Amino acid sequence: MKLTFLSIPFTALAAFLLSSCGKSDSSVSTAYPEAVLETPQADQTISSEMEFLDIEKDTLKFGFIKLTDCAPIVIAKEKGYFDDEGLSVNVEAQANWKELLNRVINRDLDGAHMLAGQPIGATVGFGSQADIVTAYSLDYNGNGITVSNDIWAKMKPDVPKGSDGKPIHPIKADALKPIVDEAKTAGNKLKMGMVFPVSTHNYEIRYWLAASGINPGFYFDPATKQVDVPGFLNGDVELSVTPPPQMPSVLEAGTICAYCVGEPWNQQAVFKKIGVPVTTNYDIWKNNPEKVFGVSKEWAEKNPNTWLAVTKALIRAGKWLDASLDNRKEAAKILSQPNYVGAPYEVIANSMTGTFEFEVGDKRPMPDFNVFFRYNASYPFYSDCIWFLTQMVRWGQIPEQKADDWYHEMAKNIYRPDVYERAAKILVAEGKAETSDFPFGTDGYRAPSTDFIDGNSYDGRQPVDYVNSFSIGLK
Amino acid sequence: MGGSQSTTSIASLSVLNKPLLGPWHSGTQALCGPECRDKPFDQTNNYFIMNSTTASSPTTVEGLHPAKKKFTYNPNQVAHTLDKLGLGYFSPIARLIGRDEPSKQVKAITQNTLLPVLAFIIVLLAWQYCAGTVKTDSQKIPSPAETWVAWKDMLAFSAAEKSKEKDYYQSLNERVANYKTMAFQARDSGNVSRAESIEKRISKENAKVYQGTTTFFDQIGISILTIAVGFLIATLIAVPLGILCGLSPLVNTALNPLIQLFKPVSPLAWFPIVFVFTTWGIDQPPAASIWQRALFTSAGVVTLCSLWPTLVNTAVGVAAIDKDHLNVAKALKLGWFKRIWKIVLPSSLPLIFTGLRVSIGVGWMVLVAADMMSQNQGLGKFVWDMYQNGDTASTAQIIIAVLFIGAIGFMLDRIMLVFQRLVTYEEQSI
Repeated sequence: MKLTFLSIPFTALAAFLLSSCGKSDSSVSTAYPEAVLETPQADQTISSEMEFLDIEKDTLKFGFIKLTDCAPIVIAKEKGYFDDEGLSVNVEAQANWKELLNRVINRDLDGAHMLAGQPIGATVGFGSQADIVTAYSLDYNGNGITVSNDIWAKMKPDVPKGSDGKPIHPIKADALKPIVDEAKTAGNKLKMGMVFPVSTHNYEIRYWLAASGINPGFYFDPATKQVDVPGFLNGDVELSVTPPPQMPSVLEAGTICAYCVGEPWNQQAVFKKIGVPVTTNYDIWKNNPEKVFGVSKEWAEKNPNTWLAVTKALIRAGKWLDASLDNRKEAAKILSQPNYVGAPYEVIANSMTGTFEFEVGDKRPMPDFNVFFRYNASYPFYSDCIWFLTQMVRWGQIPEQKADDWYHEMAKNIYRPDVYERAAKILVAEGKAETSDFPFGTDGYRAPSTDFIDGNSYDGRQPVDYVNSFSIGLK
Repeated sequence: MGGSQSTTSIASLSVLNKPLLGPWHSGTQALCGPECRDKPFDQTNNYFIMNSTTASSPTTVEGLHPAKKKFTYNPNQVAHTLDKLGLGYFSPIARLIGRDEPSKQVKAITQNTLLPVLAFIIVLLAWQYCAGTVKTDSQKIPSPAETWVAWKDMLAFSAAEKSKEKDYYQSLNERVANYKTMAFQARDSGNVSRAESIEKRISKENAKVYQGTTTFFDQIGISILTIAVGFLIATLIAVPLGILCGLSPLVNTALNPLIQLFKPVSPLAWFPIVFVFTTWGIDQPPAASIWQRALFTSAGVVTLCSLWPTLVNTAVGVAAIDKDHLNVAKALKLGWFKRIWKIVLPSSLPLIFTGLRVSIGVGWMVLVAADMMSQNQGLGKFVWDMYQNGDTASTAQIIIAVLFIGAIGFMLDRIMLVFQRLVTYEEQSI
């Protein structure tokens, strides 16, 4: 893994952590568990007794990364939803995604705020191999792509503008292409940051670049059978891993010239005038899945009622977060505590309360920038899992092409809407939620959508066709 | 071959120790030769009083129990004790109280106080200057005033977190009271299974213990606990191994290359290896337990980095034992264990403790880095978390953590110094 860091002493540490993650990534394995999902226990009646689930383990520790979308976990703790379920929960910030996943795998943590790609990557064996499952999607959207002031100055003249002189959104990478080509010809590829090889950010920035004809690089070359752990093969740019909180300082140091990261680290760049967010992932794919609450499969099998109770508490937290603007403000206040996200309240509130500031002063309404519960954002749809699988195949993280059935089977192993639905039904029976809050009766696939920046259509039922539809990507 | 290697160890060792021990060890004590150690100084004529009863005050009535003798303040003795406790700074004050060469003591006190205060002020000014100039768009060095504010915020945050404990139990009690009514109603309406599940919940709720946020002060405690564990393990490994190396040139020849190889390894390099071991060997304790696996990972890194000075010093100390002593042991036909216990250990204790003191210093330095990586809830994790917060106040909190890390390291060193002096004759302490 090629790491280009500035010389802050801490980044030396970070570099070490990351390079250790790079090493295990090299063991790309195609092994995946053969276990198939047991049929959901539909016959189990939901009665009011379920209110007092027989909890197997009531003292729990959850991990999170300092990002605003850990909010449902923090809110469930602070608002006492975990207590209502008879759970005593401690939440603990983790150093980076690799560490967080390892600690879930080796049972230091009972569960964690995870990148949607992490349970999937772990289960298919890209990076650390382990069976991780999820029954709760923490949020939709919430990421942005920020470029340095320098790049923005070069891009801006080519970006289409409206009558008010402000750039028309969504901003595509078209204006970036000449800069990328120029740098590549000069033998000095542009370097960009994303947070983890299987993170949404990696797939989003790749999607955004590829939609404008920029090749972000592959992890595998089918012609030569060459595996490239950093994912630089044939790329026009070099995308490397940087932990989210370090993004602004690494950008400022000039080590990278653009990054894709979750909040508050894009708004932080605007506040400190070191970069300009050009697009949000809402513009790349409207209501794209972002983080999930992951637990190890072993843990889930040992503690089914605990898992159900945790899911209940998280659903209530998600619902609370989307109930009103005041709740969002209160959440931003809670998250700004040093033991949670710890960034200033104004920075966190900027994106959490329905606005997003692009250039300094160019603050636009973004009501759906952070979605925790609306549009069934908390439901673990199989189609969301399958989208990540298609991207892993597209960029060569999964080196061979798979059949449709494989995608469906993997999704059913990792995503557990049955647990979510049971939790939802109990909450409805208790009167803590409405039936209309949940997509009961869905087959787990969202309707086909063309809400992508390139207008491509995605139908989770036809993953192979989708993989084959990209001009840049392995087929 | 073995002999030449052990002399290299001695040489490298004394180079390592000298600057560490120098400044605090000199002072008034140096006036006093080894033979006067532990003997009280007569304040009036500066002669050693070999028989302590002659020093008893004139008011002592003969035949009375010695415990009843009147307390006399002996400035030399007090000053000497203070020196031994590593509190040499206060010994001129003690002498001044006893009117022992007052002008000399006043001069010493002024020097000992004024010079450090002057240096402190210079550092403070330099810091203030940096705070005004060293800033980038995304970060800056906070000024001393901002750091003071951050410190008060930290105190307020800890206090607020601690007060949550009361709220927690209050809401727990309310919840339980509520459940009791519900259980009663359920029983009343004949719904036995519901009543039972509620009663089960009540008993679980009653057994609950508050799980608070780990505050800065908790983290200090965990750091000290971690270094205690790591240092204890290091000592238990290093001293026996060192004795073996010192006694047997063969063992020394065998181990010396390994010791030289592992001694300079950075804690960051040890971490992933220790991590595998602790994950494999230690079962994760309950979330509320203080003995988290991460603590042992950090402690393991501390062990691996800090055992070398003790090991090398012990080996050197044992190898340097007076051959006459060993011959006496032979003549007395002492058994192997008795020989080690009666002869080898006592005569090598000074060097062992010198090694232990260096070890604990190394361990404390290593601990912060180890905590950052292992996610042990110590001071290193505090620094890492604050670094990730990306607020100006968090840099100020890191500065506070740095001051605490320094202060605790200093304290640990003082404690080891006391032990070291207790077992050392003046001429032997390097």
